[in-house]
Order: sequence, then structure tokens, then C-alpha cells
Amino acid sequence: MTKYRINKTRFVDQTKTVSFTFDGKKYHGFEGDTLASALLSNGIHLIGRSFKYHRPRGIMSCGSEEPNAICQINDNTDLTEPNVRATEIELYEGLKASSQNCWPSLNFDIGGINNLISPFIPAGFYYKTFMWPKSFWKKIYEPLIRLSAGLGKSPTQPDPDIYDHKYEHCDVLVIGGGISGIMSAKIAAKNNLKTILIEDKNILGGSTIYQNNKNFIIDNQKSNEWLMNEISELEKLDNLIIKTRTSLAAFHSYNYLLAKENISDHLPLDKKNGSIRQRLWKIRADKVIVAAGAIERPLIFNNNDRPGIILANSVKKYLDFYGVSTGLNNIIFTNNDSAYETAVSLFEKGISVKIVDIRKKSSSNIVKNAEDLGIKIYWNSTVVNTFGYKKIKSIEIMNLSEDGSNVTGNKHKIQCDCLSISGGWTPMVHMHTQSGGKLDFREIDQVFVPTEKSENHINVGSCNGDFELEEIVKNTNYKVKKFLNINEGGFDKISVLCSKESEKKNIWLLPNTISESKTKSFIDFQNDSTAKDIKLALREGFKSIEHVKRYTTTGMATDQGKLSNMHALGIIADTAGVKMGTLGTTTFRPPFTPLTFGAIVGRSVGKFFDIVRKTSIHEWHVQNNAKFENVGQWKRPWYYPINNENLHEAVQRESKAARDSAGILDASTLGKIDIQGSDASEFLNRVYTNAWSKLGIGKCRYGLMLNEDGMVYDDGVTTRLGENHYLMTTTTGGAANVLSKLEDYLQTEWPELDVYLTSVTDHYSTASICGPNSKKILNKLFPNKDFSDEAFPHMSYQDAKIDKIECRIMRISFTGELSYEINVESKYGKSLWENCIAAGEEYKITPYGTETMHLLRAEKGFIIVGQDTDGTMTPIDLQMDWIVSKKKYDFIGKRSLYRSDTMREDRKQLVGLLTDDPNEILEEGAQIVSELDKKPVEMIGHVTSSYFSPNLNKSIALAVVKGGKKMNGQKLFVPMENKNINVTVSDFIFFDKENKRINA
Amino acid sequence: MFVINCPYCGERDQSEFSCGGEAHIVRPKQPTELSDDEWAEYLFMRKNIKGVQFERWNHAHGCRKWFNMVRDTSNDKIHAVYKMGEKPPVI
Repeated sequence: MTKYRINKTRFVDQTKTVSFTFDGKKYHGFEGDTLASALLSNGIHLIGRSFKYHRPRGIMSCGSEEPNAICQINDNTDLTEPNVRATEIELYEGLKASSQNCWPSLNFDIGGINNLISPFIPAGFYYKTFMWPKSFWKKIYEPLIRLSAGLGKSPTQPDPDIYDHKYEHCDVLVIGGGISGIMSAKIAAKNNLKTILIEDKNILGGSTIYQNNKNFIIDNQKSNEWLMNEISELEKLDNLIIKTRTSLAAFHSYNYLLAKENISDHLPLDKKNGSIRQRLWKIRADKVIVAAGAIERPLIFNNNDRPGIILANSVKKYLDFYGVSTGLNNIIFTNNDSAYETAVSLFEKGISVKIVDIRKKSSSNIVKNAEDLGIKIYWNSTVVNTFGYKKIKSIEIMNLSEDGSNVTGNKHKIQCDCLSISGGWTPMVHMHTQSGGKLDFREIDQVFVPTEKSENHINVGSCNGDFELEEIVKNTNYKVKKFLNINEGGFDKISVLCSKESEKKNIWLLPNTISESKTKSFIDFQNDSTAKDIKLALREGFKSIEHVKRYTTTGMATDQGKLSNMHALGIIADTAGVKMGTLGTTTFRPPFTPLTFGAIVGRSVGKFFDIVRKTSIHEWHVQNNAKFENVGQWKRPWYYPINNENLHEAVQRESKAARDSAGILDASTLGKIDIQGSDASEFLNRVYTNAWSKLGIGKCRYGLMLNEDGMVYDDGVTTRLGENHYLMTTTTGGAANVLSKLEDYLQTEWPELDVYLTSVTDHYSTASICGPNSKKILNKLFPNKDFSDEAFPHMSYQDAKIDKIECRIMRISFTGELSYEINVESKYGKSLWENCIAAGEEYKITPYGTETMHLLRAEKGFIIVGQDTDGTMTPIDLQMDWIVSKKKYDFIGKRSLYRSDTMREDRKQLVGLLTDDPNEILEEGAQIVSELDKKPVEMIGHVTSSYFSPNLNKSIALAVVKGGKKMNGQKLFVPMENKNINVTVSDFIFFDKENKRINA
Repeated sequence: MFVINCPYCGERDQSEFSCGGEAHIVRPKQPTELSDDEWAEYLFMRKNIKGVQFERWNHAHGCRKWFNMVRDTSNDKIHAVYKMGEKPPVI
């Protein structure tokens, strides 16, 4: 055993040695240790440097509230993890830990100079200093701040670990496996309720499990022994799930809770392999019992942050749970009775201990116990200073004045190697407030306790403000029975004897002889904010606790102020002279302790990140070397390069081929909605801007859909398949939204209409063949069909068959060419496509992708909703007045087209742009100006679509320009980084203005 | 995250639903006869109450039905759920 491993306990197996490294040096601990307890057993207190002043810091607690002892775990670039609390990580063979925020080393840290210049870097230093000169921000201040910001190092490689999500439902969820949680779970489970008990440590029992003191007796046994028996009984219950190493992350409304289970973090590296690392439980509980416990408060005095200053109950846990002494010459500094348990326990192990108590006396059993043992107690005293740079060496104490606001008498110096501090207890009300619960302030011991109002959850034990053992046991039994509507709790006849605290005294900021500006009394240890900073913020006019918090960064570190928030509030209340209960608290936000990104995303990584939708023809595209583009969730062929063509070269070739002979496009991804019902025509009249009643059966029509605000929302061709039957197509990306919008109107505005909508996007595959030779190819595919303009005119549809496969053929065109779209059931899609390719071979049919489709339609000036429109364009802005019915009484968005704003003539309107240099291709999104010299430069529009047209042999672009309708022929400029491009406004139909090719 | 009692399917997780904003705003029957201000009132103006609010919800990842819900926005308590066209309950 090491010098500091002085005690054998049942929680640490001292026969099983575990080796680990800290800052590259090898040490040994035992199975059952945390990294913190193992380091302490080796006499190591100095763990890291503080964030702002780079002061040496050590282990301060034994749990999730730890502000100082945060480490970098692992040094691999993919597994390394910063800001891990040494107090929470279980020791495993091969664990590699290192200190953070120090350079070149923990023992000699250059940043320590910040401590010396600290009078010049008070709260708000950054806000005040880096304001000017403005030009310094980007090149000097920001890189400098970034260099010194942050605590640990992030991994640079993808996380190789597996994370999991799981849903769970239960009657009762108990949060916390301390004495009140164990009692609650037992009462619930024994009464046939499906119960889950979660505990963030690896062992149940909370702080009672190591409470080994004759002053705390339950049913004639020491409280820890009694609890040990309860736990073994609990483990036998059938309808109880016990989840250790599981911490509650969030408590949402309707009893929806998230908890993170550590599954393999505590295993040696070779045993972690392939196992799930963490699992996020998504629990919906009928009833929730919060038994989250309480956190011990520090005391706020000058230099209260040195390594070796540790919370008193943590000192006890290291001693009685891990068998480790945090020092051999202890002083306990307290304002309450609970620290006396630590004193007695230390004394019983033969360790020297003295007590400094700010109270004048206390006559409880446990204090008598300490006095009887002969432990020296300095009553009515406070610590005014501490000494020792990397580890505490001594303290100075003074007497308190009558009212406690000042110190009197002489300074008295005492040597020590550990100072155990206790400022009382703070109930963990995080869960309660996260769920929407409110808090009351209890004056007598200065704590916020839950206001019990919810029917669906209760708080029991010390998180409810019950601190005495007897209170905890009796109240838990009573409250849980009432909450679960149970008559017999099983703990009704229990007898509890415990020491009861009679004297209470609390001073948020302990007085000192030194002027405040020269003290460093830390409140938030992790963010290095002091009492002085809080007072400065108040002097500078910050009043709200939320503002003081942000200005001083108190409570904003990775520990979220578990130790600091109460003191910050207390000091604000004292300084401002208001009652603490009236200040309110800052908001407790989830997660309670930091969650890994892995746990949040679970399995939704890599190929499971999002759904990928592929058409039935996808394989053919892959085999034919297509490059793909994501359109919504769809993978669409973007272009089909041949022989190392780049995008531009391939698109030029494809576009030329489609106009010169024949091209084929996979149009399966277009949204398709089947519309049926006796009011289908009336429905279309209401949702599209144009009229539909007179559309003949077998005819197709282009429609433009607006939002109620008059802005273009979607477009597409709808075909009348029968008297009461239409097939609507929508944009690929808009399909789901259009369907949901149409459903909304049908269900909520026009329930009287007899119309049924069905999404059939996935049901049909579509091959679109265009070009002057397309008719010949169709003739080959359907030899019995008459494709003459008379028999099968533009904008009409007919059924046909290839072998026995039913095809719907629409003669519609998005390219301006003679064009046919063939629809078949999706399962025949690939076969149809291959038939088309075979039939088109003699005409060199060329498959083309979305980029060529965009180019071809731009040559014709056809808009793409979402590219040439952005939710602020009316059909009038798009110069599409022709599609807006003047006769129809109403349609969605009609009234908005007559608002004064939508009728403005200087709205951005769609125009064509031609560059003066025909080889210059504009950038999409580029701004357009009319006067280059005017300052500030007025941007009158932007480029929406831009291509080099191989069919026109020049660059063309679509743009939206203020008042563009009347600007035909006008010269404008597109300023780019290195040059101004001269452009001329033109008609936006660049190719085949007479529309001759559609019937070619 | 709430549990919502869809009037067609029963209790389901909130993740299956989407909220459609304030309920009982009737689309005017004769929009052309409204002034700009009257139309804007329908089109843009919505209440954002801290307290009891009548809302439209859609069981988007379920039966796709729209329905109405009375929810207290201050504590997310759902007071009532009822079908489109039904009279709003008095809360």
C-alpha cells in the first residue's frame, strides 16, 4: 500500500492492481478506484491549471460537481477526450490521463504569469480591452484569444466508438441510488409497479453507504450496514431494473427523460473493442421520483483554491470508500455539523485533525463525539488566508466579530497538508426545475428547495432539502406512499437515531483584514471568477443574476456552476442588500453533466445519417459512370462524364446532343400526387393560379402554386387521367411539403370538397426523352402507336404498352424540345430505361443529368422554383402574368397579388442577362449594380442561373433585378472580387422564342 | 416532449406531430372584397400567448390528420384535443 492508502474497504479490491499513467508517468491504483482516488493514493493533488490565471489546482470533490480536476483522457487522435472529470472516471488498466491548460508542463506553466497580472484582467476584461482599434480584431485579438481559449484538445479524427439509443417505458423512474432512492425503488417495485432505478456511480448507496458512525443508527444497525442489506434485497426484486453508471441528462415535460449509460468506459482498452461505449436511454415514465441528493458547498475565503483544499464529505468518501487519505495533517473548516463526521472518521484512522468552525458552538451528538475524542475545535473562527503554491502548507485563522461581518484579534497560523471545507449543502434541484418545477427559498439554512406542485413527479431525500437522516427516511416513506397511492410502504415501523444539527450559520463571503481588491476568493473555480469580479459587475450596473453570470462567466464552465451558483447569488444579495429568495436563480438547463456528441447522435452516423432515396434506374446510372447530385434525399444523376470529361465538358456535350438528336433524363424523382374525387377539378382551381375546369381528359397543363402571401411555392405539370382523376407532379424537393399543404387546405379550409390525395412518387419511374429524334424513338418503342401531332399533340397523354407493361406517355417538355415522358410502375423502371437506350442507339441517344436539364430549360427561360425564386417572388415578378387567371374568383394567394407591396413596380423581377464578353460566365448568386461609383454601392439584384449555352455558343444568365421588366437593353454591372463584368439586360427566353421545336 | 392524444389514433409521442400555429383562423370566403389591412390581419397577424392557446396540430408521421389542441404555453399542459370542425371547448 502507498503512504496515503491507509484503509481497507469493501468498495476497492486491493488485491487487483491497476496501472495507469498521468502526464506520462506510470502509477498504480486498484480496481474500484476512480482516477482521482488513485492519484490521491499516490499523493498527487496537483491536476491542472486554472483557465484564466493558470493557478495550480487539485481535486476538490468526488463527483460530477468537480470544477478543477479535469483531464485529457487518451492521446490517440480519434479517442482522445478533453474535460473528463477525474472524480468520475473509473480506473482501468492502461488508462492514460494528462493535465490540461498548462505549457510547457503542469509543474512549470508559463501561463502562470496571468496570476501575477491578474489585477489588470478583471471581469469583462475582454469586452473592455479588445474593442479598439477595430482593425486589430481579425488579425491580432481573435487569433490571440483563440490560442488561449478552451481547456483540452478535441479529437481530430472521427470517433471510432459505437453509441446507442434505446427507448424505455416504466411506471416509476427513480433518479438516484442513495438511501432515499433505494427506499423509493423498493416501495414502488414491491407494489407491482414496473420500476427503473438509475444511479450515476457504479455502486448504489450514495453517501450513506460509507456513513460508518455510531451516531447514525437505523433499526439498531449502523446506517451503512442497514443500507447494504436493503440493496441486497432490492437486487432480488423482479420488476425493478437497476441501471448503474447511468446519469440523468435531461428531464423534459410529460415525464420524458434522457439518461446516459456508460457501458464500456470503465473497461480496459482491449475489452472495450467492439462494445457499445455509451447508450442514451429515452425514458417515458408514468411517475418520476427524484432522489438526486445534495452537493456540498465550498466556503469562500482568500486563496480558497489551492491543491489540497477539498470538500469535507469528499475527504470522508476518499477515506471510507476508497481507503485513501487526502492528507496526514488535516484541518476541517466548516459552518455545519456534517463535516464533524469527516473529523471523527479521520481521527479514528489515526490521522491528525483540527476543526475551524465559524459558529460559536454546537451541541449535537456528532460534535460532542468529536469533542470527546479530544479533537481541537476553533469556534467562531474563519480562515483568512492559505499558503503553499502547488499544495496547501498552512492556513491563517482569525476570530469573527459578533455579527460575523468582520474579523477580530490576531492571526493564528496552523500547519496542514489538507484543508477540508464545508459550507453546508445545496439540494440538487436541477431535475425538478428542468421539468418545469419552481423553487422556494428556505431562510434557515439558505437553500432553494422544490415547490411541490406536479402530479407526475416528486423530490425525496436531500434534493428536497431533507438533510437529517431521520427526516430523509421518514419523509421518503411517507411521500412515496402518498405519491404512488400505496398503503404499506415497508418502512412504516422503522426506527432512526441520528445526530441533529441545532446551530446554523452561513456567511457567503467570509470577512478578511486585507482589502477586497487584493484577495482572491474563488467562487467559480473552473472559470476563475472571484467574489471581487461579482462585486465589480454589480458596481458596473449589472443587476440581473443572468447578466452578472454572463459578464463574469460565473457558472458557465463545463461544471455549469454546481459549486458556484449559490455563492454568486448570495454575494449579489448581500452586496445589493436584497433578500436572496427574491433574486431567483439562473436557469438550470440540460444536460446535467456534459454529454458526448456520440451519445446524442447514437447510430445516426455515416450511412445512417440520413435516408438516401434512389430511383429504380439508379444502378444503370452507376454503371454508366454518372456523377450524382443530392436533391432533397434523392440521388439524381448530375452528369455522365465520358473519358475524363469535367462537368463543363460533359454538360456541353449532353446539351448539344439533346437539341441535335435525342437526350434521355431520369425524371422519376419528381413528386407525384394522385388526386381523385368528384371535386378534383374545383380543388385544382383553388390551388393553382390558372383554370382547370375545362382541361380535357387526356390533356396536360402546367400549373403554378402560390402561398397565401402570393409568392411562388411550387410548379409542375398536372394531367387529367379521367373525369375525376388527376396526376399532379411537383418539384423533386417540394413533393412532401406540397402534399402536406394540400392536405391542410382540404382538411381545414375546404372539408366540403370530395377530394383524396395519395403520394405516388415512389410508385412510378419516369424516362423523359427529348430532341428532334425523340418521336422516332417513341415510334420504335411503341410501333402500334400514332405519334403524329394530330393524334398525339403537345400537352396530352396516352396509355400504351411495351410488351405487357402499362405505360403512361405524356408529351410535355421542360427543354423546349419535342419531348415525351414515359411512366411505368417503378419495378419496370430500369427495363423501360434500357429499352429506351436500345431504341435510341441509332440516334445516339444521350443520357443527361440535372445540370444539362437546368441548362436546357434556362435557354428557354423556364424557371426552377427554389433557384430562380426564393419565397419573395410573385408570378408577376417572374413575368408569368399569363398563368394567373383573371377570371377565377379566388385561388390560394390571389388576394395577395393585389397588396400594395406586391404591386410595387420596383420589385425584383426576372430578366435575362447577357455578358458583353460571350465567353464570360457569371457566378450564380453574384450581385448586380447599376452604378459603380455610387457609395455605398446599391445592389439592385442578383444572378439566379448562369450557364454557357453550347446551342447559342454564348454565356446566358437569368437574374432578378429591381424594376427589371422595364430595363431591356440596359447596361448593368456584376462586380466580382477582381473585376467588374459588363452585362446587358435581355429577354429571358434565349432560344427558340417562337416555340417551333416543340412540334418539330 | 409531450404525449399528444391524437383524436384518431390515441396517445403518441410529440415527435410524430407538427404544429400548425394558431387555430380558428378562418380563411375569408371573399378575399377580393377585403382591404389590404383586413387581408393582412388574416394573413400575418397571430397571437403568441403566454398561457392557454388554441393551436392546430397535424399527426404528420401518423394518420396525417389535422386537429385542434388547447395548450398552456407556459407549462405545456394540454387541456383538450378535438377534431377539425368541432366547437372549441371552454377552458
